[in-house]
Formats: sequence, structure tokens, C-alpha cells
Amino acid sequence: MSTGFTLESNGRIILRLDEVERMMLLSLCDQIVTLVTPQDRDPDADPLFALVGIEPSVERPEDDVMLRLFPDAYSDDEHAASDFRRFTERDLRQTKTTHAQTVQETLQRSGEKVVLGLAVAPSWLGFLNDVRLALGARMGIDDDFHDAAVELAEDDPLLAMLDVYDWLTYLQESLVQIMLA
Amino acid sequence: MSIAPAEISQVVEQVDPDRPWITMVWNDPVNLMSYVTYVFMTYFEYDKTHAESLMMDVHEKGRAVVSNGTREEMERDVAAMHGYGLWATLQKDD
Repeated sequence: MSTGFTLESNGRIILRLDEVERMMLLSLCDQIVTLVTPQDRDPDADPLFALVGIEPSVERPEDDVMLRLFPDAYSDDEHAASDFRRFTERDLRQTKTTHAQTVQETLQRSGEKVVLGLAVAPSWLGFLNDVRLALGARMGIDDDFHDAAVELAEDDPLLAMLDVYDWLTYLQESLVQIMLA
Repeated sequence: MSIAPAEISQVVEQVDPDRPWITMVWNDPVNLMSYVTYVFMTYFEYDKTHAESLMMDVHEKGRAVVSNGTREEMERDVAAMHGYGLWATLQKDD
């Protein structure tokens, strides 16, 4: 797979991707957007709520992936956690959607050489992190997961997912190192 | 971030100034140590040494207090941490 992000002497951040990798990232952008885009569940909902970023009601997600992307802000106060969701979840969904759409736009105007401006690098970091959180929650990743994965059958779909996850980890780490330098 | 002003004033009135609120970041198996450091440096504007020391606390002790202040301020910090994908909660400092 690709070499990760590199910093050129002129300050540009470069990522070289083959077509499979590019399509993979584009597909992951689509999936994140589908997963997190604010939904107007009730067509009769007061548009003013959307305008001020408040959900009239937000339920705590039951799915592990959604719960990891939208965690409880209070660990010991259900009521406060629920209020916090009402006032913040729409903005949080919008933040994650914007990250994914920014990555999508960069990829759509790039070929195998992706050039990142510093302005969009934080969105790339956020997007890579969101995808890794989602995959990690779906796979049930913990600190021992990679050790246990050697026991998996060769054709286990979990292995393919783990490959993608590891690749995204590598991409994210290379970009963080550039941003920290 | 959007918080209704009426809610904020109610909340702030309940805060005892001697018992401030804290933002706690919890360890998780996905977030990279380097990324957590980057977030602490970027959002809180902590220097690298401080950011790394907090990150190591998260990693080794399972959690770290990363900021303190009013409940309103801590809700803002927690929302920002969630925006970065970090697992954060707020609570009254005991």
C-alpha cells in the first residue's frame, strides 16, 4: 500500500495513492457522510430547531459505532447527557460531515498524487480518525485485537477490515507526525 | 457550539465556585498517542511537553483531567473533544 503522507520541501503535503486506494477512501467518505449527516427525521419538525442547532429530541444511540462517534458527555447523569445531546449533536454531526466532504473534494480533484493544503489537513485527520473509530467499534478492537487476529481464518472478512483499519492508522500517523513537526 | 442561553444561566447558578468542573479524557484502543497529543496542543494550546504528559496519563492511567472551569466551559471542551473523536466526559471536581 501507499507510503503515507510526506512533506515536500516547499511545504506541500503529498499523498500518493493508487486507484484502488483512492476509490477506497472515496467510498469511506460516502459511508461516513451517510452515517453522520444530520437527519431531519420528522418532516413537520420546526425548522427553527435546525437553524439554532438544537434537536427537539435526541435518543442515545444503541449501536456501538454511533455511540463511539457520539459518546455520552456525562458518565453518571443520564438526564444531563441527554440534554447535552440535544444541544450539541447536530453540530457534531455537521463537523464530521464537513470533514468527510472536505476529504471527498480533495480526492475528486486529485489523481494518484494528492496535494493537501495545510487548511484541509485537520479535516483529513478528523476524517481518518472517525473512520478508524467506526471500524474499530464495529470490529470490537481492543489492545489485544491484533494478537488474536492471527487465529482468524484467511478468508475471514474481519481480516480484510483489519487491513483497511491498519492502512488508515498508518496514513493518520504519517499525517499527525507532519502536523506535529 | 449551540447552547440555549436560558439553560446556561440555570446551570451556571448551580456551580459552586470552590468546586469547579473538570473535563476528563478517557483511554481507548483506537486513538493514536500522537493524535491525542496533537489534539491537546491544537485545541488547548498546551505546549508539547504538557500535552505529551497528559496523553501518557490517559494511556497509562486510563484517564486524565485535561481542563477545568465552569460547567459551561467544560461542556464546550467536551463537545470539542468529541469533534476530534476523543472520548471525553465532564463532571464536578471532587
